[in-house]
Amino acid sequence: MSVLPAAPPAASADAEPGPLRLTRTALSRIATMCLVELQKLRHDRTELVTRAVQPALWLIVFGQVFTRIHAIPTGSIPYLDFLAPGILAQSALFIAIFYGIQIIWERDAGVLSKLMVTPTPRVALVAAKAFAAGVRAVAQAVVVLLLALVLGVSLTANPLKLLGVVVALLLGSAFFCCLSITIAGLVLSRDRLMGIGQAITMPLFFASNALYPVELMPGWLQAINHVNPLSYEVNALRGLLIGVDTNLALDFGVLVVAAAFMITVASALLPRLARG
Amino acid sequence: MSTDPASAGSPHPGPAVRCAGLRHAFGTTVAVDRLDLEVRRGEVFGLLGPNGAGKTTTIRMITTLLPAPPDAITVLGRDVARQRTAVRRLIGYVPQQLSADGTLSGRENVMLFARLFDVPRRERRAQVESVLDAMDLTEAADRPAKTYSGGMVRRLELAQALVSAPKLLVLDEPTVGLDPVARDGVWDRIAAIREATGMTVLVTTHAMQEADEHCERIALMHRSRIRALGTPAELKAEIGPDATLDDVFRHNTGDALSGEADGKPADRTIETGGMRDVRAARRTAGRVG
Ligand SMILES: Nc1ncnc2c1ncn2[C@@H]1O[C@H](COP(=O)(O)OP(=O)(O)OP(=O)(O)O)[C@@H](O)[C@H]1O
Ligand SMILES: [Mg+2]
Repeated sequence: MSVLPAAPPAASADAEPGPLRLTRTALSRIATMCLVELQKLRHDRTELVTRAVQPALWLIVFGQVFTRIHAIPTGSIPYLDFLAPGILAQSALFIAIFYGIQIIWERDAGVLSKLMVTPTPRVALVAAKAFAAGVRAVAQAVVVLLLALVLGVSLTANPLKLLGVVVALLLGSAFFCCLSITIAGLVLSRDRLMGIGQAITMPLFFASNALYPVELMPGWLQAINHVNPLSYEVNALRGLLIGVDTNLALDFGVLVVAAAFMITVASALLPRLARG
Repeated sequence: MSTDPASAGSPHPGPAVRCAGLRHAFGTTVAVDRLDLEVRRGEVFGLLGPNGAGKTTTIRMITTLLPAPPDAITVLGRDVARQRTAVRRLIGYVPQQLSADGTLSGRENVMLFARLFDVPRRERRAQVESVLDAMDLTEAADRPAKTYSGGMVRRLELAQALVSAPKLLVLDEPTVGLDPVARDGVWDRIAAIREATGMTVLVTTHAMQEADEHCERIALMHRSRIRALGTPAELKAEIGPDATLDDVFRHNTGDALSGEADGKPADRTIETGGMRDVRAARRTAGRVG
């Protein structure tokens, strides 16, 4: 073979991006993907309604019945109020897990390949997907919260606390979306992921404090509850929305660390996913 | 046109793509083996071969989607293993599948890629409109892409790939599943863009006729290796007078072309089907290999 041509002139522009450039790119990509998510939502508003059916059933049927029979002691707060943040977290969880399933579809359809041939670091691509899932979760949350209001749940009107709710939902969704992408990167097929997705979402939900206070759980369940990020998400939502006592610093701390960790793991597995 | 004018007196140093000793295996399946390739700047280069020859795998290595060792591939002088981000900036890529986002409008699909390629905000809108116009999609730009025909989706994907003004356009089977009119539509636009910008085009296909008409040079790939390389005229002349590229293909691939491998059956079943039909045809084409 002949010798390689001389290196192209603008070598500095060709170097792999440093940390500063990487952060800027990541933020720009996150903004882009969130915007696309909003565009998709605008085109398909019916999804907001169909996806509200399940949380609505939980609130209306489960919530109202259990409030009436006082089966679950929640102190001075009505059970429905206690439940509403839990259902909010649940609906965000289901959306986020679905996002990981969607990425396999995107791989099969060539969409993922196309995204990966753009000048976007893997971690930025995954983070962008993760927060896009969060945007959808937040849009869904608006619907669920309106429903809760109609059912008479007393929610905070403090804009700062509502902003906190948005952040908690974004972080929680980012974690579960990346958990799902990680599993996708391990099992590589949509069918297997669907099975696993279904097999883990319900346990994640039931092994959290979304439906009942921690104190009611048997010891082993409490142990699981303490390592389940969903519980910290629920705690944060409960603390912010209905004023239940919680350690918000701990809740947000756990959510930030969990989301960052999972984004890192998922982006390490992304090339494997794209290849398989 | 058996001699090649592009090789002499080219103002640019080095080829657009150079692969040296490329190899990739999926488990025990060797998909690409000892592959050497040079695509000259500004040419339309066709990578031809039957299903499973290793075309897509080669393309995926060149586009950074599959790992390549250092010094194995350069794109416009940049090493694919060492300068991945720089290489990605130079490439416009249209994968084998129809990959536009059906829920987004045509314009939103293109705008997404303008953003992902960091097209400056000031130029973005104009750039998006200009590629939509070049692909004749201005009128349909506000409709969701899922309402597009197969040919329109392919043009939309070209628009997505072109919005960043790439130096190298990589197309994996751009015309599979399209009717003859849509196929010509795609090739005509590729030619027009190349004319206007001088970009290099690397295209895979198993339609010999199309390669003959639209590619300046071609490489015939079979069972993970390149078996023949040259201008269509050169390759045909080697076989004999009145030879067609189909003959060249048969000569180089032995019996590989006995029916299913040339992709024509799948092509013929599709007229102006929508995105889903074309996807189905593509899947069939994939399974056949
Ligand atoms: N992800 C994968 N995992 C395992 N084997 C693969 C994978 N992708 C391709 N192969 C195998 O590698 C070989 C080359 O495949 P490739 O897709 O590169 O062929 P191709 O020339 O693009 O064929 P086609 O015309 O059908 O698109 C085939 O034997 C194929 O089965
Ligand atoms: Mg292929």
